[in-house]
Amino acid sequence: MYTEEHRDISGKTDNKKEDKDDISVQIKVLFFARARDLTGMTDTLLQVSPGTTAHDCLNKLITKFPGLEEIRNCMVLALNEEYTPESTIVKDSDELAIIPPISGG
Amino acid sequence: MDSNGVAETPADIRREIESLEKAKAEIENRISSLRARLSSYGSVNGNEVANSSAPRPEETLLSGQLSPDMIYRYSRQLLLPSFGVEAQENLLKCSVLVIGAGGLGSPALLYLAACGVGRVGIVDHDVVELNNLHRQIIHTEAYIGRSKVESAAAACRAINSTVQIVEHREAFRTSNALEIVRKYDIVVDATDNVPSRYMISDCCVVLGKPLISGAALGLEGQLTVYNYKGGPCYRCLFPTPPPTTACQRCADSGVLGVVPGVIGCLQALEAIKVAGAVGEPLSGRMLLFDALSARIRVVKIRGRSPQCEACGENAKLTEEQFCNFDYEKFTQSPLSTSPLKLHLLPSEARITSKEYNERTVKGEAHVLVDVRPAHHYKIISLPKSLNIPLASLEARLSEISAALAREEGPKNDDNSQSASLYVICRRGNDSQRAVQYLHKMGFGSAKDIIGGLELWAHDVDPSFPTY
Repeated sequence: MYTEEHRDISGKTDNKKEDKDDISVQIKVLFFARARDLTGMTDTLLQVSPGTTAHDCLNKLITKFPGLEEIRNCMVLALNEEYTPESTIVKDSDELAIIPPISGG
Repeated sequence: MDSNGVAETPADIRREIESLEKAKAEIENRISSLRARLSSYGSVNGNEVANSSAPRPEETLLSGQLSPDMIYRYSRQLLLPSFGVEAQENLLKCSVLVIGAGGLGSPALLYLAACGVGRVGIVDHDVVELNNLHRQIIHTEAYIGRSKVESAAAACRAINSTVQIVEHREAFRTSNALEIVRKYDIVVDATDNVPSRYMISDCCVVLGKPLISGAALGLEGQLTVYNYKGGPCYRCLFPTPPPTTACQRCADSGVLGVVPGVIGCLQALEAIKVAGAVGEPLSGRMLLFDALSARIRVVKIRGRSPQCEACGENAKLTEEQFCNFDYEKFTQSPLSTSPLKLHLLPSEARITSKEYNERTVKGEAHVLVDVRPAHHYKIISLPKSLNIPLASLEARLSEISAALAREEGPKNDDNSQSASLYVICRRGNDSQRAVQYLHKMGFGSAKDIIGGLELWAHDVDPSFPTY
């Protein structure tokens, strides 16, 4: 058993307890800039099966938040704070960041 | 003063202030150009004039290129072991171009001038407006209505008259980009729109200049150094431009002034590191600043992409290709930050704010729906308007029907006397979208007020606040 903080854009937190299961992988997804507007969140937890790639995770997220389709082709994808090709397989408790560019100034 | 018996009006005072300000600016310009000429003789000579006991030129030059004044001025950074005289001399020999004298450019320029970069160029075509001042801290109230470049240059000269400040009072376009950028060693992108970001990155690739790129919106900021010692360029990261819906502007989405301030300061810092040849510039990494949660993350980004259309292996962008590239078409958004103007409706479905005013004065029965977001409505609204944000229009149509029924009143049996329905927003785009939808939903008489509250303030009520 372990606890993950789950925060929405208003800063509220709710603690989710999940059974750490051998056959499931849980990753934390971080949203930045436009991705925050489109999802209404700064981060979320995503449950995927072993062998899932970053690409699969993105597709899953778009199913959950269809608005994300808008920035699908224009973002930096980082896994554990490092650039990742979409073919990388995610591991349990990985952190996947979705970073669309900001252009304001 | 009306000592000579002539009545003086505020307009007279304003005129006099304006002409004095102009004269002052001219004098300041002359002083700074004289100072620049003086320093080209070597500031040693200047010192001799001011102080006869000053060291002789050959003695001063023993310490390298720094004059006694410079040593004193920059002493606190000369004392830094990892910076020192070498980095200071590198700065002095270096030139930095800052594109955009706005929220990012303001602090970046102030620090670049203060720290002793040899030559600083400023590009901008805009004028200072009151709603800039909360974040564009280089400008003062006295410069409202005047060129941002002129204002920023005066502020930089006031801080450090030994730095050469070059004014480029023009929009940065493919037609002048190469000619301007060629004259500098480092480029700071402090612009506020997508096409400029691609254009500046490409220009830096073509001319082989490192690019310090910063961006800020709302409560978030981003910072990266591009095209530095084999590192990636903007296109390596974002080969496909974002759709226009994803491109937000500070003028629409808002921005907390300190946020571009923080990023602009970091841009100055990265420029100083590159210019001084110290430390590890933020190349191949991206800094993400989240003001609300007070978090700064640095993410490792991809290296140079071999497939990149600007800097990739088989596609080295040429000067000619750059000049002919249509950045507005590529990004589907304008280089100038002028807001979008939609034309969705036939003229019979629209009225001007003047016409609307005449109708209300005549007492015409009507309902005015304001479709701006609620937090906009709270800033300012027209009396008796009904706030139904565009996003919730679909769910709240019954409120419009109810309001229309109330306006028509119980005595009104004549169908032809029905109440009119008008829709307004900030600039007249969302109101057109709303009217289009209302027509579809059976509110055939709905009309859009052209140009929104902005034109209302301009054409009908100049005292109505704009934002």
